[in-house]
Amino acid sequence: MALDKPYKDVPGTTIFDAEQSRKGYHLNQFCMSLMKADNRARFKADERAYLDEWAMTEDQKLAVLARDLNRCIALGGNIYFLAKIGATDGKSFQQMAGSMTGMSEEQYRDMMIKGGRSAEGNRYIGEDGDAQAHHQPQGGKKD
Amino acid sequence: MAKITASVYTSHVPAIGAAIDTGKTTDPYWVPLFKGYEPSKSWMEASKPDVIFLVYNDHATAFSLEMIPTFAIGCAAEFKPADEGWGPRPVPTVIGHPELAAHIAQSVIQDDFDLTIVNKMDVDHGLTVPLNLLCGSPDAWPCPVIPFAVNVVQYPVPSGQRCFNLGKAIRKAIESYDEPLKVQVWGTGGMSHQLQGPRAGLINREWDNAWLDKLIADPAAAAAVPHIEYVREAGSEGIELVMWLIARGAMDDVAGGPAPEVVHRFYHVPASNTGVGHLILENKQ
Repeated sequence: MALDKPYKDVPGTTIFDAEQSRKGYHLNQFCMSLMKADNRARFKADERAYLDEWAMTEDQKLAVLARDLNRCIALGGNIYFLAKIGATDGKSFQQMAGSMTGMSEEQYRDMMIKGGRSAEGNRYIGEDGDAQAHHQPQGGKKD
Repeated sequence: MAKITASVYTSHVPAIGAAIDTGKTTDPYWVPLFKGYEPSKSWMEASKPDVIFLVYNDHATAFSLEMIPTFAIGCAAEFKPADEGWGPRPVPTVIGHPELAAHIAQSVIQDDFDLTIVNKMDVDHGLTVPLNLLCGSPDAWPCPVIPFAVNVVQYPVPSGQRCFNLGKAIRKAIESYDEPLKVQVWGTGGMSHQLQGPRAGLINREWDNAWLDKLIADPAAAAAVPHIEYVREAGSEGIELVMWLIARGAMDDVAGGPAPEVVHRFYHVPASNTGVGHLILENKQ
């Protein structure tokens, strides 16, 4: 029987549920490992070699190497875990969040100072808000 | 007997902690935010509790995907500030209250809430930022703190209704503790924010303020708000607000007493990616 997932029709949003968590287990645990300074150093020294120590899919590894956070999330990543990659790179949470929106860092920061992104047009897929796929350079919201 | 004197609600944005730790609280960007907490600090000085029961969530810090407890009560004697990837925050170790925590665990589990008991845990910004906002940056926190971690990272997270009911059970547990302790219950996280995907940056000032109105005057209605409304209106991370309902459920009026006094209310956009809300409700003496 189908599970109740009413959040599938929210644009630009992937809810990290049990299914996503299952897909992203090794990706997220890799991120978790970056909380240790030694692991951060090893990852920075040879990212590919470090990623190959984890039972991640090739797609997940490529998404990490490209720092494509939207792709990481589609493949089961969770933002609080992915933030450890950002911390390793010296990026703030705002820089990471902004990188997923198709905006420059400055545009995103300005949007937040002006009160953030409006919910108008961004509640359901198919409306006309700025987070809808047809207004986003990176295209569709999910795989 | 122990008594719940007040409940405190606040966002726990990590960038607030970073601003405190790097001496940026007087930067123009941060001034309005910290100004909003000045009355709270004075109130806290004047109304110092014996114990704070602090509801927060762990952000992939103490709990990875190895274990995801829905409700976890910290029963340890102390909790160290966690290294979240930037080194531990330079804040005091959190001193627990193992006796009251164990008493609450016993009572609440007997009331059908299956808590996970945690005897070793580091605490992240979700717990330490609210302490800074209300207590400043002292050498030691003013009283023992019982950390209560709620899973709001992996869906399904507990419903608002379940959190509200849990608050009622926590109230019953605290008020059956034999020592005459003054206890505050804090609910943290929120308000509207979304940190992921093309919709990142969503803030909904109108919804946040309407939800605050409801939380104050009609908490049962706030508890009835379904998950999907938080996601749609307040962003995927706005779901953290269910934690506020635990604190609200522990107040006198929910158990038939008088309505609480609104000591302080504050709202500010933005702190980094987040709409910041803050409320202090005091039970009538």
